[in-house]
Amino acid sequence: MSPTGIWDSIDRAPLIVRDVLVSFLPDAWQGLANDILIAATVTVVFATIFALLTILERKGLARIQNRPGPNRVGIPFTKIRLGGFGQPLADAVKMILKEDIVPTSADKVLHFIAPVILIVSTLLSLAVIPLGRHLLPLELEAAVLYFFAAGAISELAVFTAGWGSHNKYSLVGAMRALAQMLSYELPLVLAIIPVIMLTGTLSTSAIVDAQGSWSLGGFLPAWHVFTPWGFAAFAIFVVASFAEANRSPFDLPEAESEIIAGHLTEYSGFKYALFFMAEYFGMCALAGLGVTLFLGGWHAPFSALEFLPSWFWFFAKLFMMLGLFIWVRGTLPRLRMDQLTRFAWKLMVPLALCNLVNAAFWHLSAGWDSPGGLALRWVLSIAIIATPFLLLSRSLFAGLGPRTYKYAP
Amino acid sequence: MILLAAISFLILASAAVAITRRNLIHAALWLVVSWFGVALFFLWAGAQFIGFVQVLVYVGAVSMIMLFAMLLTRQGRVPVEMLTLKAEKRIASGVLLVSAVFGVIAGCILGTDFPVTEASAASSVTLVRIGESLMNDHAVALLAMGALLTVALIGAVYIASSGEEDAS
Repeated sequence: MSPTGIWDSIDRAPLIVRDVLVSFLPDAWQGLANDILIAATVTVVFATIFALLTILERKGLARIQNRPGPNRVGIPFTKIRLGGFGQPLADAVKMILKEDIVPTSADKVLHFIAPVILIVSTLLSLAVIPLGRHLLPLELEAAVLYFFAAGAISELAVFTAGWGSHNKYSLVGAMRALAQMLSYELPLVLAIIPVIMLTGTLSTSAIVDAQGSWSLGGFLPAWHVFTPWGFAAFAIFVVASFAEANRSPFDLPEAESEIIAGHLTEYSGFKYALFFMAEYFGMCALAGLGVTLFLGGWHAPFSALEFLPSWFWFFAKLFMMLGLFIWVRGTLPRLRMDQLTRFAWKLMVPLALCNLVNAAFWHLSAGWDSPGGLALRWVLSIAIIATPFLLLSRSLFAGLGPRTYKYAP
Repeated sequence: MILLAAISFLILASAAVAITRRNLIHAALWLVVSWFGVALFFLWAGAQFIGFVQVLVYVGAVSMIMLFAMLLTRQGRVPVEMLTLKAEKRIASGVLLVSAVFGVIAGCILGTDFPVTEASAASSVTLVRIGESLMNDHAVALLAMGALLTVALIGAVYIASSGEEDAS
């Protein structure tokens, strides 16, 4: 087998394994078995990533705060510590064994069904993220639309959880979460529209294909993030996805110090674990969508490295994005509710709208091929998005800073 | 056909349950189930785009608006005895209203000429074609809808904010 053949079969490895497994079944069952196997694989892979993320996040945050973090749990009954990477297993056992408490006054059905809807909707949204050249769980023409439709169901689940718990903290937390998710869904979607405008498709696989070329001799990939409109859209997308995933600095819905844990207050045991899992699945889904739309999906950063399996590149980029999520959580303090909504409506939405104009300009100036025209195109495009950003942020922050500290040095 | 029957049953049954709930939040949530059934119907009929839009707009957004409106505006429960209209009058007006709406919709459907040919049934409508027909042929209608919704939004903000001023 030639070297490229070996790499290609590694790239296809999951598919080959699936085909072998399915071939043992009678013909009539093969189609169904295929689908079930794909769904199970995606679930297991992302559940493993979830387990890994919890420990990575705890260790990462600990390092940022200059402490070791969990480093004890290893393999049971041995002295092997694994640097604390046995912690997720111990956490899982704890979560399953914990008592499941349902408040007497709670709406039993809604209280039970909320975490189920949430986990299902986040798992559904993972289905349209292309994990590799040959690994797209669900090929849809309207994949991006599907992603947001699946995400929209999770808002309903959050409300159901908050209202069904029959607890004021839960309801306040749920309303906060909804206000936040609705406010930030707008910039999130508006940031994605330029990508759809310029690629002319809603299909995630086609969007990845559109980013699959290199310029400057294989060193500058044609990823959307390396264009003025793409960079601005990516920045808006990342900030809005922090808010959508209820992550710090936008984790007000769960603010432990003010409203205990928001809509999670009355949940314990495995139901709480499901919420926790759904949050991380949602984070993975948004990070995966960001990778797909802006960071070239499963394409390698340099054409020389393209021989490595495509799923390796996707997961490498996914973990980079997730690392950014953890880093930001360790760095930024939580916003206040009014700051949060003002930030969304006064800065993010107008900027995202300006970026739409920018994308339209980029589309219309596609024919400016001469060096001078190319330079003019870039300068104008940067100006279209940078000018409103500077003006808006100047005017919004006028009179607000610098803050003086009376008692702290 | 069994699938269609199941979906229709889901839509109608959840809508019927929604009407009979005393608890407004429960009624709204059952209505959401019904809307979800409509989305399933669109998916069954092969209209992926409309199906996803139905989930996004109705299950995601309209339900939120409804629930927000209930939680933020309702000052207390209205007991059933307080309703001034008698039951018969309420039923009569309900039937009248529903049949009027049904009549208008049925008239529209019967009055529209759907060219069903072999070719149009076979070729699936692509997203690009939907987009082009919305942006080219029906651009004016689309803009008018957008303007209408904006006016509604501004009106809602005005009503909500003026109510607050009265209270303070």
